[in-house]
Amino acid sequence: MVTNKHDHSHTHDEGSELSEMDLRVRALESLLIEKGYVDPEALDVLIDTYETKIGPRNGAAVVAKAWSDADFKKWLLEDATAAIHSLGFTGRQGEHMIAVENTPDTHNVVVCTLCSCYPWPVLGLPPTWYKSPQYRSRVVIDPRSVLAEFGVMLGDDVAVNVHDSTAETRYLVLPMRPEGSEGWSEEKLATLVSRNSMIGTDVLKPVGKIA
Amino acid sequence: MNSAHDLGGMMGFGPVDTSDQNINFHEEWEARIFALTLAAGATGCWNIDKSRHARESLNPAQYLSSSYYQIWLAGLEKLLLAADLVSSNELADGGRREPPKPVANILKSGDVLNVMMRGSSYERDAVNEPAYKTGDMVLTKNMHPEGHTRIPRYVRNKPGTIERIHGCHVFPDSNAHDNGENPQWLYRVRFSARDIWGEDHPARDSIFVDLWETYLEPR
Repeated sequence: MVTNKHDHSHTHDEGSELSEMDLRVRALESLLIEKGYVDPEALDVLIDTYETKIGPRNGAAVVAKAWSDADFKKWLLEDATAAIHSLGFTGRQGEHMIAVENTPDTHNVVVCTLCSCYPWPVLGLPPTWYKSPQYRSRVVIDPRSVLAEFGVMLGDDVAVNVHDSTAETRYLVLPMRPEGSEGWSEEKLATLVSRNSMIGTDVLKPVGKIA
Repeated sequence: MNSAHDLGGMMGFGPVDTSDQNINFHEEWEARIFALTLAAGATGCWNIDKSRHARESLNPAQYLSSSYYQIWLAGLEKLLLAADLVSSNELADGGRREPPKPVANILKSGDVLNVMMRGSSYERDAVNEPAYKTGDMVLTKNMHPEGHTRIPRYVRNKPGTIERIHGCHVFPDSNAHDNGENPQWLYRVRFSARDIWGEDHPARDSIFVDLWETYLEPR
């Protein structure tokens, strides 16, 4: 894995910060495996789980169901944990869910100013911008400018609700259903739902009459 | 603690780079430290609150000059050392020198999906009646604990309104420091953007923050 030559070399040409990081993490990984604290295959499964199995398609299915089924939407807004878990989207970083509904009068946007809390079972791992100091510092004090950087322009008549995820509760934004999607199936509606619309940094655009 | 992780309202970081849309890991080592952190956490040697505190208690200059997963690596190294799972000599070059310490659990590859899908609830049986009900007006305390806390600086000593009662939840300020779970009522509190940031902010905008009962006083 790691050789002493690499460990003590400070002169190699490709010695970028990232390759240094690569060496440090490899050294740590081999140490924890050698000491028997971690199963190397479990590491691969963990990465594969969040690269291929758990992601924003889950959240899109929740949103599409809420758009299609008024009873489910009511349940989602009253008890998002139960409603979302009923669809099988359970687990780490999604134990306690809250859904907040965007309307013509109110726009919701989610942040974690203290770290990077994010609803993994419905959205997967957070995008880089969500974890960045730029987003975390500014969206609570100047949400309208931050949203404008995402292309979301809100009028003065729209209230902005910012949700700071400081506890183990995790937030899912229920975006407004796009105009022109009347009569669409749940499966087809789910294809309209962007990841950012479920964080609150996107508003879904109307769709053409002929889809 | 008052440190660099508590970013709400800080200025000068510049615009958000919105271009990076669908990449979990930019480098292989980021994926590895993500997985190592989860797998090492499964040993049961620390809890999520300790894990957060390990990251936020990095020197503020280091925190702000590190990338996200560099912070995870530094945090994991601190946790491993504090739990005596590795020595600093071992961390220096990755070579094993000490025998392993017995741990409660090893996460096996076949159990990963079940463990991740199961999660772990942070709600506990109520130990008393909640002091507040929906609609009550509260004032957040002016408090600056040196240890872990989940009340951001920007909402301290501010008037708010109870919006929702989440239940009785594990108290991070206690759980991060081996003082037990000390479960207490957790509320969603609504703050007017003007009460937080001043009169030049839109009157209709609000900030919602989840806060434990200890952080609140009646008003």
